[in-house]
Amino acid sequence: MTAHFDLIVIGGGIMGCASAIRAAQHGMRVAMIERASIGGGASGVNAGTLSLQIKRVKLMPYALAGHRIWEEAGEQVGFAKTGGLTLAFTDVEAEQLRERMTAKREAGAPIHFLSQAEVREKAPNLCERVKLASWCAEDGYANSSLTGTYYRAALREAGVTIIEGADAPLLARAKGGFQARIADEEVHGTRILLACGAGLEPAMAMFGVHIPVRVRVNSVSVTERAPRLVDPVIGHVTGLLTLKQKGNGTVLIGGGWQGRIDERTGASEVDPETIIPNLQLAQFVLPALARLRVVRCWTGFEVNVADFYPLAGPLPGVEGAYVLGCVRGGYTIGPYIGRLMGDLIAGREPEMPLFDPARLLAAAVQ
Amino acid sequence: MTEQPHFDVIVIGGGPAGVAAAVQADAKRLSVLLIDEQERAGGQVYRWNGVGIDAGPGAEMRARLAASGVRTAFSHRCWHVQPDRTVRCTGPDGNMTFTADALILATGASERVTPVPGWTTPGVVGLAAATILLKSEGVLPGRNVVVAGCGPLLLFVAAKIIAGGGQVAAIVDRNGPSDWLSCLPAAMTNPKLGMEGAGWALSLLKRGTPIHFNSRIVAVNGDDEVQAVSVAAVGENASSSAHSIACDALCYGDGLMPATEMTRLLHADHDFDAALGGWHVRADAHRRTSLDRIYACGDGAGVMGAAAAPVQGRIAALAAAWDLGKMDEARFEAETQRLSRYGQRVSRFGAAMTGLTVAGVRVPLTGSEMICRCESVSHDELERAVAAGAVTVNAVKAATRCGMGPCGGRYCVPSVAKIIAAHEQVDVSRIAPGTARPPLRPVPVGTLMGDFAYEDIPFREPAPL
Repeated sequence: MTAHFDLIVIGGGIMGCASAIRAAQHGMRVAMIERASIGGGASGVNAGTLSLQIKRVKLMPYALAGHRIWEEAGEQVGFAKTGGLTLAFTDVEAEQLRERMTAKREAGAPIHFLSQAEVREKAPNLCERVKLASWCAEDGYANSSLTGTYYRAALREAGVTIIEGADAPLLARAKGGFQARIADEEVHGTRILLACGAGLEPAMAMFGVHIPVRVRVNSVSVTERAPRLVDPVIGHVTGLLTLKQKGNGTVLIGGGWQGRIDERTGASEVDPETIIPNLQLAQFVLPALARLRVVRCWTGFEVNVADFYPLAGPLPGVEGAYVLGCVRGGYTIGPYIGRLMGDLIAGREPEMPLFDPARLLAAAVQ
Repeated sequence: MTEQPHFDVIVIGGGPAGVAAAVQADAKRLSVLLIDEQERAGGQVYRWNGVGIDAGPGAEMRARLAASGVRTAFSHRCWHVQPDRTVRCTGPDGNMTFTADALILATGASERVTPVPGWTTPGVVGLAAATILLKSEGVLPGRNVVVAGCGPLLLFVAAKIIAGGGQVAAIVDRNGPSDWLSCLPAAMTNPKLGMEGAGWALSLLKRGTPIHFNSRIVAVNGDDEVQAVSVAAVGENASSSAHSIACDALCYGDGLMPATEMTRLLHADHDFDAALGGWHVRADAHRRTSLDRIYACGDGAGVMGAAAAPVQGRIAALAAAWDLGKMDEARFEAETQRLSRYGQRVSRFGAAMTGLTVAGVRVPLTGSEMICRCESVSHDELERAVAAGAVTVNAVKAATRCGMGPCGGRYCVPSVAKIIAAHEQVDVSRIAPGTARPPLRPVPVGTLMGDFAYEDIPFREPAPL
């Protein structure tokens, strides 16, 4: 059986979904092909931190726009604007914090520095050794586990055809466009968007485009419910801690400590040797954590290319094919950059520039 | 921070399967560590009650273990295991890491309780949980108790309540007399246990305890305590045929489910078999799982009861000894064949008893009950999530928080699978359990961390600006 679409999107994460929905809104007939379930990969298992303080300077305008989209989604995605603190505990760290946050403020994030008294007022239970703290009132979090529910409904509303549980589709050029073969089914599209995260490198390779994509496995832990301990989202100057107490009282702890990939299954796994320092840093920052029980640790992942900027634009040398991914801070920025991508594919001019993947081919040749 | 002692064999679980495996491995001159979360060996079935004279099969087991060279780590909870056989647990001295050349898992089973409206009312106790109350605490679950569900524990719990001076208001059994009769031949393969069961049945008959065969609990009534249960015939519409039985407690269970969280965390292969309690880790005739030098025995690998467990444990230990090059082939073949033949004989009884709980595996849910006690997720919410497209256990968990609480989904996932299966019109055996996540049991952050200084935390360079 063959079905025909204007656009096939490979990958049902935030970026693929946002692109698919935008393209459908522009009148395209879109099929979404997802390996497992919508929003079930990196988009659905990350720590959900929406912090401008951990975004790259050059991506700040995209992050600001992303924040606004999550805020509009509101309760459906568990959005909360709590404000965020980033902490430094030594003189060296304080110097780093000053330099980094000043650059981010200049890029448009409303960040300022707090006195120790102000820190205590905003978060009285934090460790008393804070040397310097920065504050951003726009920071907060959303509940990443609701990503799938939210986007599945939005895809349905936009009229996108959803094909879930389609592991390892075979992608190829076909007459008048592209085809994706899944078991005995064939989906045909005039255009194709690759937005499959950790699967991007092999997907691009099916079209003869070779761009190395590195996968990072990020660990996240969550405690049982507890009485209110801290309101703002908390970060560390190194970026090695994100900590937030959710509305239900659980404390969610992340920070990009690396898990590992199980060679046999290909699944990403928690590495207890990195979970422990992650939790140590969390407990140092919020000593009351010592009493709480950890109920679950898991891993999400992020992918990046050599220059740590997004892959977002036409797939080099393949007319009608596009690629989107490798966005640092993809949970925050994804909904916005996906819209831009949907505009580009539908032949509209995106309001902000995208990030042409061709730059990486040129670099590879050099 | 952590010492990493190495053993030839680590056995996790100190019930009949684990203890037999540990003692057998020790007899083959392997260095063995046995880890269990209780204070003494015995598992749930031969739980050490901490008072009086230690007697019976549990005491014999504990004596055999004490006389062996097995090193034990009781009061230790495993929170992580790896396919390379690294085991992490927390105990009185904090976080410990152990490694081994062979890992034998004997993690036992947990109770299957089918949710009905009101099942979270105080006074509702699991059937297996009631056996612990009765055996090791000497406490009656109530004064006037309904005992319901399916399987041999119905008889045991009812008889023990009466022996303890309580009243059994009724037994509500999903099975009928013919189901019980059909396991008589198997029951007679273990005359001692068979007679014991017959004795319990007789004591109930003598007391005139009402037994409702082919019946099920459809609701528990009472706000702060159990006041009555509604009972209806199996397969009949609850609202038209239900009648009420007054009581002050309900002991309720539908048999045991193999504890699979450890083997799922390891990504071992699993199978579904209702006659073995549902999902269980796959183990071959020599108890080898799909993972290198990791073995499974006892109820955790498929519920077959306390008689089969030690035989499986010993076979697992022999297989480990053989795989580690500590036995010659002729000896290994002879000993395992002898044990296997013996195991087949003694397994018939347990298999028949588990067979009596098959009736509980596919029981339909009622419709408005609470499914996830930890996160307060109702059947209705789950049905809405499934209808909105969340058709895997993981997707339902993400959408509703069902299974995200401290129990880790041990109790609610079978119900979630039933709801998905009903919506997708497939059998529950087609619905894979969700991804297992560490820690295997909730563990306090401070216990995991031990003492540390800020300066010891291994920071990396910050991310690019």
